Amino acid sequence: MTRTHRLGIDRIACDGRGLCAELLPELIALDEWGYPILHDTAVSEALLTHARRAVAACPVLALRLERATRD
Amino acid sequence: MNERPDAVLTEQAQDGRSGPHGTRLLHGWYSTGGRADLAEHLGRYGPPPLPPGRRPAIGLVQAVEEAGLTGRGGAAFPTGRKLRSVAARRGPAVVVANGMESEPASRKDEVLLDLAPHLVLDGAALAASAVGAAAVHLCLPRTRADQVHRLAAAVEERSRAGLDRVPVLVHALPHHYVSSEETSLVHWLNGGEARPTATPPRPFEKGVDGRPTLVDNVETLAHLALIARYGPQWFRGAGRPDAPGTTLVTLSGAVRAPGVYEIALGTQLGSALDTAGGAAEPLQAILVGGFFGSWLPAAGAAAVPFTRPDLAAAGAGPGAGVLVALAQDACGLAETARVLDYLAGQSARQCGPCTFGLPAVAEDFVQLAWGRADAALIERLHRRTGQLPGRGACRHPDGAARLAATALHAFAEDVHRHLAGGPCAAAGRPAVLPVPDTRSPESEGWR
Repeated sequence: MTRTHRLGIDRIACDGRGLCAELLPELIALDEWGYPILHDTAVSEALLTHARRAVAACPVLALRLERATRD
Repeated sequence: MNERPDAVLTEQAQDGRSGPHGTRLLHGWYSTGGRADLAEHLGRYGPPPLPPGRRPAIGLVQAVEEAGLTGRGGAAFPTGRKLRSVAARRGPAVVVANGMESEPASRKDEVLLDLAPHLVLDGAALAASAVGAAAVHLCLPRTRADQVHRLAAAVEERSRAGLDRVPVLVHALPHHYVSSEETSLVHWLNGGEARPTATPPRPFEKGVDGRPTLVDNVETLAHLALIARYGPQWFRGAGRPDAPGTTLVTLSGAVRAPGVYEIALGTQLGSALDTAGGAAEPLQAILVGGFFGSWLPAAGAAAVPFTRPDLAAAGAGPGAGVLVALAQDACGLAETARVLDYLAGQSARQCGPCTFGLPAVAEDFVQLAWGRADAALIERLHRRTGQLPGRGACRHPDGAARLAATALHAFAEDVHRHLAGGPCAAAGRPAVLPVPDTRSPESEGWR
């Protein structure tokens, strides 16, 4: 059993500031209107620090990092 | 309702188990040709077998699980599992009966509530017993004022007869496409706007008044009312082992007798259309599921059984039981463009991808159907459509994207023709799909 982390976006709160894609381009891109597209919701150990930084930087608190337990 | 060409009104059976043509929910209609009032309902079915006590009735939950009933509102989620999740939560629960039917191509909930209102109300009362609920909320669209009055009167009549153990409240909500979504209903019942909210929490965790809340489509509840009476084995006597029971369908477009019918799950789409008299002219495609549904080329679609797994393998889903037959000489691109324009206008405008992406896709489709389109537009359309799914608080962008993507596939030849020569002659004909002429939700209000 390993602990993994998953990214989630509150789509109603998100207003497309785009900081997340700047700080975490490995997992997040922006569409033509500046709203995030997640390449993958699972966050690897190597990207965890960057993901935390992106979550903290979101000015409307729309980006979340959730713990998920996987067998 | 349209009468079947081969309809034979037979004598009333001893109990309500099944009527002509294997009907269950529409048994009363096929037997009498009229609305079932309370006296007739009780004569056919007797009172709802409410289990004693206020605690969740796990026996009833088990019966629904064994029956294999799935939600008839569109998601086809196992109803028993939903009942169990709500019953397992602490404290009294709430039941919401969803009769909003915001899908413009569907009439089945309206017809069911009209012809057999007491089956739905029995089902709501029984579901309340199953999950230990202290109240039932029946949500109906404000646009169906007559129905709201009739249902309120039916509830009142049951109350005088002492049939229901928990109060049933009838509500009339704004009728926008996304207002029938379960979080919209919960939000409205809690005093907010009938717009989807972010999840979690899902209604089963924290819904109306913060209580665990069961939201079920009214047809689902009517099936539950029959399972409670006749048991899971009886329920499984129709349909297939992996897709048991019957389901209401709304059949329209190029069929001889459009209307609401009841079919066994597993019926092939071609046979389903035959219940409405069959195709009135040669078909090119069938829209399966409704405005959130999929276009399937008619040739391959006729043999696909109406079950969730079979439809999924064909790239479709049952939705709310909508089948629209599109004749050979209609323009599928123009039909799709009109529906996408409506869906874009019905966005709750809360999430960016839906607020901006949906109108963009709709506008691209308008260009494709009636304007000048080139290869770059098609490429952009594929990209924009591919980016919509999974990026909203609700499934509105997913549904619209599915319609657009399946249209590009099913009408691929028309796409080439429009690219080469501009709009086809059929693009200017009257619409087959009934796109409502509604004002935008913003001007009409969400409350």
